[in-house]
Amino acid sequence: MSIRQGILAMLAGGPRYGYQLRTDFEERTGNTWPLNIGQVYTTLSRLERDRLVIAIEASDDTHRRYALTDQGRAELAAWFATPVHREERPRDELAIKLAMAAELPEADLHAVVQAQRTDTMRALQDYTRLRRAHDESSEGLAWPIVLDSLIFSAEAEIRWLDACEERLSHLDGSHRTPVSAGAPEVDLDPAGEGAAR
Amino acid sequence: MKEVQQVSSVLEMYAVIRVHGSGAAAVHALRGVSLSVDQGEFVAVMGPSGSGKSTLLNIAGGLDTATSGEVRVAGRSLAGLSRATLAQVRRRSVGYVFQDLNLIPALTAAENVSLPRELDGVSARRARGEALAALADVGVDDLADRFPDELSGGQQQRVAIARAVVGPRRLILADEPTGALDSVTGEDVMRLLRARCEAGAAAVLVTHDIRLAGWADRVVFLRDGLVVDDTGVRPDPATLLSGGSAR
Repeated sequence: MSIRQGILAMLAGGPRYGYQLRTDFEERTGNTWPLNIGQVYTTLSRLERDRLVIAIEASDDTHRRYALTDQGRAELAAWFATPVHREERPRDELAIKLAMAAELPEADLHAVVQAQRTDTMRALQDYTRLRRAHDESSEGLAWPIVLDSLIFSAEAEIRWLDACEERLSHLDGSHRTPVSAGAPEVDLDPAGEGAAR
Repeated sequence: MKEVQQVSSVLEMYAVIRVHGSGAAAVHALRGVSLSVDQGEFVAVMGPSGSGKSTLLNIAGGLDTATSGEVRVAGRSLAGLSRATLAQVRRRSVGYVFQDLNLIPALTAAENVSLPRELDGVSARRARGEALAALADVGVDDLADRFPDELSGGQQQRVAIARAVVGPRRLILADEPTGALDSVTGEDVMRLLRARCEAGAAAVLVTHDIRLAGWADRVVFLRDGLVVDDTGVRPDPATLLSGGSAR
């Protein structure tokens, strides 16, 4: 995951010091995944090496502020545009992604939610087909139990996405500006069609 | 089998707009929906309340008329048909399953199922034969001579599905068809709809139930009267098992 992308997302809101990033991350994710400051600096130096962020000279030599580069912006856009596959989640990247997108005025949260809903529904359809094929052809119990677990957790995720969207719909028209109406700094679909697919 | 259907798209909707009322009070229920459902395909439509799901289904079945755009059922455009012709297309090509089953209490299961065929002018004897075949397809032919109040909720739903698929009908439209049923019976209903599709019909299911939607070949997402996304047709299980290439 996502410490890396999380830092990029926070820097998209403007330059920050390392300790600010840690505080921001913990605030936005409700302390669910505490970060130590060492992880933050290690990640920042890798991001700098990869030219995704750049250090800005500060008045005080011991503290450096970091800012996002254009490459960093592109990487962030690609992250938002790519659904998280269920099998690739060491932490709950999806919850972090939505928490981050929710705080970025230029991110189209509706689009992020829908891309995820479609991807998770595809997985649910696949699990359902596998279970049906199993039910028609054999008697074993272990596999359908595993499939049911996948089906129910996919269902739960979609219900949660629905709830996120409902929350968002209440906010629409108040302080959030949808991407279509504001400056589209984060292009949610840079390659035109699900970049990493 | 009386008619051999050559069209592969059983339902085609193109740029369908439905506006209720006019002026400042106008409600845009559908704002340009295009949807094509092929023979053998089972499509689920999902979306929040007020997204236009039921309007879409009613227009697909000729129960409501689009303000603009085109709707074709089994290759035939519904635009400009007389009421009588539209009623005939509805009866012959489209079967409906609603949450509220609408079985006629004074008629037996077999009579409920054969009624639309008799209205089509099919002889009573032949209509009964078709009804018994449809009831057998859904596993309740032994209940043919019972009245609705002598059947359980699940059995009544099977009879309603038999009525929806009796005769040459090729398009099944289902609006929350499992509303009153428990989840096991709900899955039975999905199994039946799938079986009908595999036998050559096409089905469109409107539902809030995420797990039931998972039974469809394709899930279409509707929001504010527009199709916002579509899962595409999922590959068959054999492909899924051979190494996760589906994702």
